[in-house]
Amino acid sequence: MKPRKLARAGIFAGAFLASLASASTALAQAKEQFFPVLVYRTGAYAPNGSQWANGYVDYLKLSNAKGGINGVRISFEECETAYATDRGVECYERLKGKNGGATVFQPLSTGVTFALTEKAPVDKIPLITAGYGRSESQNGAVFTWNFPLLGTYWVGADVAIQHIAKKEGGAGKLKGKKIALVYHDSPYGKEPIPVLQELGKTHGFEVQLLPVAHPGVEQKATWLQIRQQKPDYVLLWGWGVMNSTALREAQSTGYPREKMIGVWWAGAEPDVKDVAEGAKGYSALTLQHGAEPNSKVVKDMLEQVYAKGQGTGPKDEVGQVLYMRGLLSAMLAVEGVRKAQERYGKGKVMSGEQVRWGLENLNLDQKTLDAMGFAGVMRPVQTSCLDHMGSSWVRVHTWNGKKWEFTSDWYQADEKTLRPMVMLASSKYAEEKKLKPRSPEECKK
Amino acid sequence: MGFFVETLIGGLMAGMLYSLVALGFVLIFKASGVFNFAQGAMVLFAALAMARFAVWIPGWLGIDNALLGNILAFLAAGGLMFAVAWLIERLVLRHLVNQEGATLLMATLGIAYILEGLGTSIFGSDIYKIDIGMPKDPVMILEGTFEGGLLINKEDFVAALIAAVLVGLLTLFFQKTSTGRALRAVADDHQAAQSIGIPLNRIWVIVWCVAGVVALVAGVIWGSKLGVQFSLATVALRALPVVILGGLTSVPGAILGGLIIGVGEKLSEVYLGPHIGGGIEIWFSYQLALVFLLFRPQGLFGEKIIDRV
Amino acid sequence: MLYRENGQFKTSYADDQQIFPIAQDRWLIIGLLVFAFIGVPLLVDEYLFRAILIPFLILSLAALGVNILVGFCGQITLGAGAFMAVGAYAAYNFHIRVDGMPLLVSFLLGGLTSALVGIFFGIPSLRVRGLYLAVATLAAQFFTDWVFLRVPWFTDNASSGSVSVSNLHILSWEIASPLDKYLFCLALLTVFALAAKNMTRCAVGRQWMAIRDMDVAAEVIGIRPMFAKLSAFAVSSFYVGIAGALWGFIHLASWEPAAFSVDRSFQLLFMVIIGGLGSVMGSFFGAAFIVILPIALNQFLPALGGLFGMTISTAGISHAELIIFGALIIFFLIKEPHGIARLWSTGKEKLRLWPFPH
Repeated sequence: MKPRKLARAGIFAGAFLASLASASTALAQAKEQFFPVLVYRTGAYAPNGSQWANGYVDYLKLSNAKGGINGVRISFEECETAYATDRGVECYERLKGKNGGATVFQPLSTGVTFALTEKAPVDKIPLITAGYGRSESQNGAVFTWNFPLLGTYWVGADVAIQHIAKKEGGAGKLKGKKIALVYHDSPYGKEPIPVLQELGKTHGFEVQLLPVAHPGVEQKATWLQIRQQKPDYVLLWGWGVMNSTALREAQSTGYPREKMIGVWWAGAEPDVKDVAEGAKGYSALTLQHGAEPNSKVVKDMLEQVYAKGQGTGPKDEVGQVLYMRGLLSAMLAVEGVRKAQERYGKGKVMSGEQVRWGLENLNLDQKTLDAMGFAGVMRPVQTSCLDHMGSSWVRVHTWNGKKWEFTSDWYQADEKTLRPMVMLASSKYAEEKKLKPRSPEECKK
Repeated sequence: MGFFVETLIGGLMAGMLYSLVALGFVLIFKASGVFNFAQGAMVLFAALAMARFAVWIPGWLGIDNALLGNILAFLAAGGLMFAVAWLIERLVLRHLVNQEGATLLMATLGIAYILEGLGTSIFGSDIYKIDIGMPKDPVMILEGTFEGGLLINKEDFVAALIAAVLVGLLTLFFQKTSTGRALRAVADDHQAAQSIGIPLNRIWVIVWCVAGVVALVAGVIWGSKLGVQFSLATVALRALPVVILGGLTSVPGAILGGLIIGVGEKLSEVYLGPHIGGGIEIWFSYQLALVFLLFRPQGLFGEKIIDRV
Repeated sequence: MLYRENGQFKTSYADDQQIFPIAQDRWLIIGLLVFAFIGVPLLVDEYLFRAILIPFLILSLAALGVNILVGFCGQITLGAGAFMAVGAYAAYNFHIRVDGMPLLVSFLLGGLTSALVGIFFGIPSLRVRGLYLAVATLAAQFFTDWVFLRVPWFTDNASSGSVSVSNLHILSWEIASPLDKYLFCLALLTVFALAAKNMTRCAVGRQWMAIRDMDVAAEVIGIRPMFAKLSAFAVSSFYVGIAGALWGFIHLASWEPAAFSVDRSFQLLFMVIIGGLGSVMGSFFGAAFIVILPIALNQFLPALGGLFGMTISTAGISHAELIIFGALIIFFLIKEPHGIARLWSTGKEKLRLWPFPH
């Protein structure tokens, strides 16, 4: 038994030494801005997770191909979380100190975001949660380190109702309607509920809640209930295989897909591809962008990364919805670093704290975006101390059986409804944690 | 009333699929006393193989016919499952003869990990589709009898039919063939069976092969309904209460148990769920099984447990 | 040679009945504790604390609890995650709802609540056993998952259903840094492990083992199965509940019911089977195997690939990790079906004679 035991001990020791060694060699080459990448390429949510990850990593490669951030090269390392909170926390701990320190974390999981929200302020590393995470973290005075850029679930819920109201011909027509929310039974799926209930009270529609247990392959009973209750609209708040299952069940119970609206995590190719014709007419919100195969940034990507054989994923997935979401998320992080360099020194490696300042003072106007190749993909973003979201533009796109097509104008979330809710929820959080919200003066620092 | 019947039918059809997975559990437990937690992983592995072969094989051979492609893919996936069964017997079970239940259970969990890892690394971890030409849109029947008619899903119906046929075939196999008789002999008493010259190892390979085929059929049906994806492995958890309710050693138990659980969970979710918050079906089926257990600790049709000191 | 008890004479019953009757064992354990309390904090960096040692300690405690039920009393459970959840949420509610509640007291109350729930879900064990019981305990798992998701009171009406705690302190000791957390977990674990070791050596422990070995026979010789089984459920759930509270409060600080899902239950059962049923030591081995191995593989494989000039994709690593993990489980079961603890004791036997086996 003994040699075997020794061998095993050796393997462990080797693994740890290797990890320690790689951590220490990293200090020597500190001229690189390190981006940890938390991904999930395995498990129940892999089909969606890997596209996002490909877009994210590809954009980092593209930035390097374009000369880095004012000359500072980007290094990155992936860590697999399998969409599990404890694995996500382990990855965070593993990567946060590596290669001179992590720039920013983007966990792509609401559960991991909740756990990291407690840890990030201690380690002074910002969290970007573009289109997910805690909705009340929009209030940067309390959530100093969280950046739910471009939109939160509350924005999503509000815009979905606006869209329905528009289809019905005015908010007044919502009275007496019945709207069902089919949601992933987790913090992610529960986030929109308070906004929907609030709006339901204002407009006089009824909200019906239908939870679906993880991973969401068992929805027969849910759709039987929908068939019985006949809601006027169904909002789909799913992720991964839950989305395609919902569409298949809608098809088999004969619920019209035109009356179904998904959140932006339920509106990508993996969700509808295999249902194909069965999903025709289904719409989903977009986080500004849809599938953008013709945008300039995608063309750059194909030329400068894929043509050299350095692409991360399959070439035909470049420009798809979730790929673009990953790409955009990476772009926001890179621009945060660029902004920080404007203040703390161009061509230098930025610390997490400095990047946080950059993200808080992010100001991407249309001209800058167009120059970077994002014309038609996204609209300007401007963050501030009180608003870590930056913008809340949303469009709706519809699956025509073959691809996603935009079918609506731009919407913007109704600040009058959401702002008080954000303030209320964030001040409750501050009270629980005994945090003092930053004053306007502190913000200016 | 119409809606109640619809829910009932929906439950029966879902139940038929649970029975199919439960059958895999029962077959292996009967013949080798192993509670095979890898059944879910086998379903996933088989379905992944089927879905990918259905794309790859026509590509390799240049076949254009979808039906022929599917048949070849099915055969190839079946062959793969045989190979898996043989390897499991050779590499794992043979070395664990006469171990305790918990150890064997653990070993099958190890197998489950290996199958999940292998399956996704060979075949990929995207969502794949199995298109065996199942009709997707619902039909309305009996519009005269019930108000608004009954909505029946043809796909579910075909699936339930296939499951029923498979169960029938397995019953015949067990009752009428000599291999089937040998299998039952092994199930009754390992040592006695061995002493009259039944080769245990071969029997185990056969049982795992049969379980593999059952997994393949379940995988194909489920995969064509929902798409083939990692979550298929979790169907095993849905089938557990079925096995327990029906009795670990009883084939009719697995079938009846499946139907009871299927109907029970759908009715509870639709009629009870909205009053207490919804999402109750998964624990409801376990509670249902538990209530049955309190009255019959060995399940509906399980063999009576006799204790001797 | 190294491990010889020659010359260690026991002259009183007290000597004969001490926890570690062999001097080497005693010294080893004392040395280990000294190392864990003093040596480790000096040597280890933050990553090892946060990502490996703290989860290892907490899950060891949970595995210890599961081992009491499965290993000592023979009742297979797949619902350990549920009791972790009960412990965590009960402690959370005591912590936030009662002003000035000391942290340790809310942990203990969490553990007690979990013990009560454990007794309730242990009732089927009086009727069913073996695999049937395992599945019956899954009912507890899915039910608690649902309750904590669906009943807003338990999560203090948090809109997302996720709860968080902060500013933990015992008297004036602020438990904030990884070192504090590590020491806190280690102290609790030491106390509870000693208690468990003693419990298994006294009357109640012997009753559990009698029930495990043959419950009908145990009943015949006058052991009350109801008391023995339910007390095992209670003690086990208490341990698991405390571990759950630690997992939520100390390790994650912010959690949702998914942190205590059915996967966790399976994981805990793995630990005791791999580690060794019916062995306190085995719980630690099992926890180490399950916690450390996947992480080690995850970091070791890219390095190995780099050695041969290959870069393995993240997905490839995770798949390989699954396969190797599964294969190692099977390997260990085939080599030693009674778990790593048995390997340990065979090793000790060999050390008696080593290096002069004849």
